[in-house]
Amino acid sequence: MSIAEQPTNETENPLKIVEDATCTFCGCVCDDINLTVEGDQITKAQNACVLGKAWFFNHHIEERPEALIDGQPATYEQAIDRAAEILLESQYPITYGLSDTTCEAQRVAVAITDWIGGCLDTTTSVCHGPSGMAFQGVGEVTCSLGELKNRADYLIYWGGNPAESHPRHFTKYSLMPKGEFVPKGRKDRTAVLVDVRKTKTAKAVDIHLQLKPRSDFELAWALRALAKGIELDDSVEEKTGIPLEQLKEVMDGMKKAKFGAILFGMGVTMTRGKHINSEAVLALARDMNEHTRWVAKPMRGHGNVTGADNVVSWSTGYPFGIHLGRGYPRFNPGEFTSSDVLGRGEADAALIIASDPYSNFSQPARDHLKAINTIVLDPKLSETAKIAKVAFTTATYGINVPGTVYRMDDIPIPLRPAFDSPYRSDYEILKAIEGKIRERQLAAVNAG
Amino acid sequence: MTETFILIPGRTSKQGTTLNEGKYTEGYQTEINTLKMNPDDMERLGIAEGEDVRMWNEYGSVVVPCSTGKDELPPGLLFISYGDKSSQLMPGETHGSGMPDSKGLDVQIQKISNN
Repeated sequence: MSIAEQPTNETENPLKIVEDATCTFCGCVCDDINLTVEGDQITKAQNACVLGKAWFFNHHIEERPEALIDGQPATYEQAIDRAAEILLESQYPITYGLSDTTCEAQRVAVAITDWIGGCLDTTTSVCHGPSGMAFQGVGEVTCSLGELKNRADYLIYWGGNPAESHPRHFTKYSLMPKGEFVPKGRKDRTAVLVDVRKTKTAKAVDIHLQLKPRSDFELAWALRALAKGIELDDSVEEKTGIPLEQLKEVMDGMKKAKFGAILFGMGVTMTRGKHINSEAVLALARDMNEHTRWVAKPMRGHGNVTGADNVVSWSTGYPFGIHLGRGYPRFNPGEFTSSDVLGRGEADAALIIASDPYSNFSQPARDHLKAINTIVLDPKLSETAKIAKVAFTTATYGINVPGTVYRMDDIPIPLRPAFDSPYRSDYEILKAIEGKIRERQLAAVNAG
Repeated sequence: MTETFILIPGRTSKQGTTLNEGKYTEGYQTEINTLKMNPDDMERLGIAEGEDVRMWNEYGSVVVPCSTGKDELPPGLLFISYGDKSSQLMPGETHGSGMPDSKGLDVQIQKISNN
């Protein structure tokens, strides 16, 4: 890794090369990107995929106020003061987002929520939250992406479309690369897709199990039965749409593999059944270890959603959907998860970090979010920022801000920023809000 | 004529690239507001490429242009990129999981011109 500045003909825009920069658009967190930086523009992103290039080329500095209070431009100091006031006055605050910021900022957000006794949730709850519940139910047979690269000779992509959502997963980690025990790369690997749609990923695999919608659980359960040698009847095909003979062929291949991996996406977690679907897939991978080595990995989305799971877990003992109002953590998805807290109209203030729930949540949750005092930290304008009482413009992590993020396989990776931003980082703003909150809480204690 | 379909909201690479360009760009808005349908279903319902349809369920109702999903979608299945339109059709209930039903939603489809 190196960062070097070189003079160019245009002296006002010195050329800078950042080697091994880290892309934080998706959970692959590729850390081999070579950036060419001219002033506050990244002009080349060598090794980046189409999503990574879009990420690096479109986060230049925008001319926006550093903060807004009630839609009017304000200074950071005024906005920090107002944000602290809102959170301290709240009876039931909720902290949400956190998947597109550094672990350092996530840690401060946890601390703030603890000081004010609020609900703590991340975008995991509407992503692989059900898988997080399933891990607690049946466990997780796991591995690093490096093991996939070097060992995996049988891959099942289940309910995901990595060709579009994680393009370099194929080339860097799973399908294509030559590895120590798969020296011929793609030729040494068999790949299966389980998906209701014939997506671009279908064109990259050997076998497409195009199941009927909402039958993931039944398909996984049928494969579990076949793994244990249990005979099945034709009702499996009626329910899943997959001929039994084809399932038996796939199971035969799975048993003959030396190292198999199920890589599952939100087609599993967002469909009816949710955590039960994830449990079935994880249990299938676990069962297959009676025959050969098998693992199951969730395909994680945002750049540091895995970091959010880690930071929140090591701080509170649970990954998402936590209430800290009684002075100790309580975990209960469905009760303390943001979609539910907002949908039931319970929270009276929200601290949203690097997320846009006003675009993505259900209408009842959106209606309530609009009705309460919301504080938003985001590098770009969003629908949530538009309805916020206090909106901070922030520097972008990985492009302007250093720190740590976690790859989807729980590997921590450092960020190597490309250029400075006039805006503050999430960490700096959250730290200032935390300082104000503690100052006032301690003053109240001292005043008796 | 009204017909029931299953809607799968999801991610696309175009949604990912245009998201970085900005949520208020024409590219992003077009991507999250276009419904994909099996071409045979479109022909059967008399829906032309780009024609508006009304899509609704018990949680919300949206009007979106319809485009062919080519061979990606089997009959009876619809696709739309995640965004404002798909969220309007999402229930608030999470069945104790924290996750609303976000894929595999039952929806009704009707040609606007038939209204």
